[in-house]
Amino acid sequence: MNVIRTLLSPRGAVFLLLAGLLIAVTVISPSFAEPGQLIRFIQRVAPIAIVAIGQYFVIVGGEFDLSMGSLITAQVVIAGNLIGQDAGRIFPVLALMLVLGVLVGLVNGLLVTLLKVPSFIVTLGMMLALLGGVMYWTGGAATGNPVDSFRQLGRGGIRGVPVIEILPYSVLVMAAVLAAAIWLTRTSFGRTVIALGDNPRAVRYAGARSWWVTTSTFVISALTATISGILLVGYAGVHPKVGQGYEFIAITAVVLGGVVLGGGRGWVVAAMAGAFALEALFTLLNFAEVPSTLRDGIQGVIIIAAVAYSASPLGGAKRKAAPPAPPQTSPPDGKEPVAPAHLGS
Amino acid sequence: MTTNIFDAPVPDTSSSTAPVLRATDLSKEFFGVRVLHGVSIELYPGRVHGLVGENGAGKSTLMKILAGVYQRDGGTVEFNGEPVSFSHPVQAMDAGLATVFQEFNLLPERTVAQNVFIGREPRRGGLVDQKGMVTRTAALLKDLGIDFIDPAARVSRLSVAEQQIVEITKALSHDAKVISMDEPTAALAGHEVELLYAIIRRLAARGVAILYVSHRLREIFDLCDEITVLKDGAFVSHTPAAELDTAELVRLMVGRSISTYFPSALEGTVPGDTRLQIRGGGNDWIDGIDLQLRAGHITGLAGLQGAGRTELAEAIFGAAPFTRGTLAIDGREARITSIRAAVRSGIALITEDRKAQGLALGQSVLNNALLAVRSVFSRRFAAAAAALPGVLNTLELSSRGTDQEVQFLSGGNQQKVVLAKWLLTKPRIVVLDEPTRGIDVGAKVAVYQLIRELARDGVAILLISSELPEVIGMADTILAMHDGRIVAQLPAGSSEQDVLAAAVAAPIGGTP
Ligand SMILES: Nc1ncnc2c1ncn2[C@@H]1O[C@H](COP(=O)(O)OP(=O)(O)OP(=O)(O)O)[C@@H](O)[C@H]1O
Ligand SMILES: [Mg+2]
Repeated sequence: MNVIRTLLSPRGAVFLLLAGLLIAVTVISPSFAEPGQLIRFIQRVAPIAIVAIGQYFVIVGGEFDLSMGSLITAQVVIAGNLIGQDAGRIFPVLALMLVLGVLVGLVNGLLVTLLKVPSFIVTLGMMLALLGGVMYWTGGAATGNPVDSFRQLGRGGIRGVPVIEILPYSVLVMAAVLAAAIWLTRTSFGRTVIALGDNPRAVRYAGARSWWVTTSTFVISALTATISGILLVGYAGVHPKVGQGYEFIAITAVVLGGVVLGGGRGWVVAAMAGAFALEALFTLLNFAEVPSTLRDGIQGVIIIAAVAYSASPLGGAKRKAAPPAPPQTSPPDGKEPVAPAHLGS
Repeated sequence: MTTNIFDAPVPDTSSSTAPVLRATDLSKEFFGVRVLHGVSIELYPGRVHGLVGENGAGKSTLMKILAGVYQRDGGTVEFNGEPVSFSHPVQAMDAGLATVFQEFNLLPERTVAQNVFIGREPRRGGLVDQKGMVTRTAALLKDLGIDFIDPAARVSRLSVAEQQIVEITKALSHDAKVISMDEPTAALAGHEVELLYAIIRRLAARGVAILYVSHRLREIFDLCDEITVLKDGAFVSHTPAAELDTAELVRLMVGRSISTYFPSALEGTVPGDTRLQIRGGGNDWIDGIDLQLRAGHITGLAGLQGAGRTELAEAIFGAAPFTRGTLAIDGREARITSIRAAVRSGIALITEDRKAQGLALGQSVLNNALLAVRSVFSRRFAAAAAALPGVLNTLELSSRGTDQEVQFLSGGNQQKVVLAKWLLTKPRIVVLDEPTRGIDVGAKVAVYQLIRELARDGVAILLISSELPEVIGMADTILAMHDGRIVAQLPAGSSEQDVLAAAVAAPIGGTP
């Protein structure tokens, strides 16, 4: 009974969905279930799963990050152009990419928290700015090609592993990111992020530096985009189209994972499972020979359906608190002068 | 149904008319936990029926079952002699059973009239008849004796009390035969409570049956004709109000008699050094604040709604800092410009509105209780986490473990979580803004006891309350605020009249 309830709740539904999709794919194409194929599927999903994990932190804290896709593109182009064929440049350029990632996250976070611009707008601006920079630099064409040793990170793996033959590095990276994320959600920081998405005022009134907590989630999300970019250089090559749309894929995955938009509720493992479910669905559509041009449309339907599901009673709606009290009832925080009308009655 | 010796016979008038609503043997479980079992209640036209009990006794749950918000697991409900089973509040409303919940269901950006007629707007030639709606709303308001609410005004512009009146008007527009109200006065000021009384009496006179839930026993005795007591989800008694007094009612509610509501100072309490000293403090909302809080000393702060008490609390707490004057903690000048700085200096604020600033409702008891420590004193986190079970135990928190989300706790238990959160920071100055709002008598006494213990341990306390007996019963010094200023200081044990007089009097020299 309880197991069924958990599985039907947004938190569990995604695992049910994922299992169903994987079975469906296997039915259509039995070779999919072979260990070698399966591990290749995981390798393909890894960059997406990693950004979904980053996006999870932003969303569960009550914000959005739309700049992830462009940041991936920027990182891919940087790696392609600055590393070139010189293996000695790998580490300096990697350091530069990390710095850029942190910087983008800081700018996003500080604009949202200190200037109080909605994150939707800030990260949309960041997305366009980064994309503009990339286009200016590359002229919109594929340029640069980093040394093979760098690309190995995304496409290579440990050979000679029993059963699966090759264990891709990207799968290891994903596992490491997931482990770090799970650990993070259990720390004070992680708990505060979720509480912040639930009730920012309560967190502020507890003395937390909420601006810094929120900013950190943007830094985390930018870092995951950077890692994803590094893997994609190897996997997909260098092209200003790499990374495009990843922000929406990440948001869809997170929502599919039952994470409540607006924050306060959700599990990072489920968010990652959302990424896998999404890719499994696309694989299924592929095998079923549904034209790939329908992908975006289907993704849109999924976002809406997932949000609607978690808002339905079955999906556990009504779990969030009643709407905030109307202006007059809320004690001075928005601070308006003491109204004389209330006095001396 | 179980009867006990306190279950006096229902007065004769009840047997002469039939009940408009009769609920028998109701039961309800949440996740396998019984929160209501074998509860029966009858409501008669024109009578106000009080429903009381401790926090978590199941009062709100009972109301929500009647209103169709929750589905009962067992029992029957008869309305107008017919068995009914509402699956949605709108259905109950249409049938004539209205509920005024603590959280209103109004659309803030629509007008009063639009809210009253929402979902069944009168039509005229296919279009919504706005004018007709306004006139009909005006008529309904007039029926209630209300002339100060404009039916065309937007709901967001109304005060809490006015919004409540809109909810009641909405109920009337459905021609409600039964109106239930869940703690309707929790957020009202004194004169607004009087207004609500008048409306309720008028409704009763028109033959409406009222189910009234409140923790303020004075209201229960003022308004109610009969009283039903619940405890731990079970029926305890049903008695005509006239046959009860406060002491007896409290005994029925908590299962033991409470002799002293306000415990006296504990042994070993010694008023000590000045912990907090404010001179000439002010900001946009308050001015000329001279205040001294001493270790082991309870300072009470009285005043009317809007006098600036909460603003003062928020200034001390750094939420809306002082912009003028000086502030010293333990004799050393300090600048409290943020909440974080205040918490670091050992100041805690138990806010007036626990749902808005006190709790992240979707998070667990554990995570709420640890929120302040982990945010500000991360080095003390492990110690605080270890101390948590003990603190919750002292507060007698009743929850299903520390993993339970606080939104599923009853009001009083939520307040205890807020208190735990601040106790764990080991504060040296504690400001309590309406700390007993919405909590039951037993829990109130526990809070008073806790305040006394804090004082004994050398904490300086500022107690803000709209309930004068509370301020007078607890405070060693009583301050009265008016119009953003502290206008009077009275000794412990002053009479209610004196404090009230001080609170309404304009300050000497007038206000700027
Ligand atoms: N939706 C829910 N899910 C789980 N438990 C619930 C839910 N609603 C109420 N409860 C539990 O049912 C019990 C009764 O709660 P209820 O709100 O009816 O109490 P109450 O008498 O109204 O208390 P208060 O005076 O504090 O408002 C409590 O133990 C509460 O934790
Ligand atoms: Mg209640």
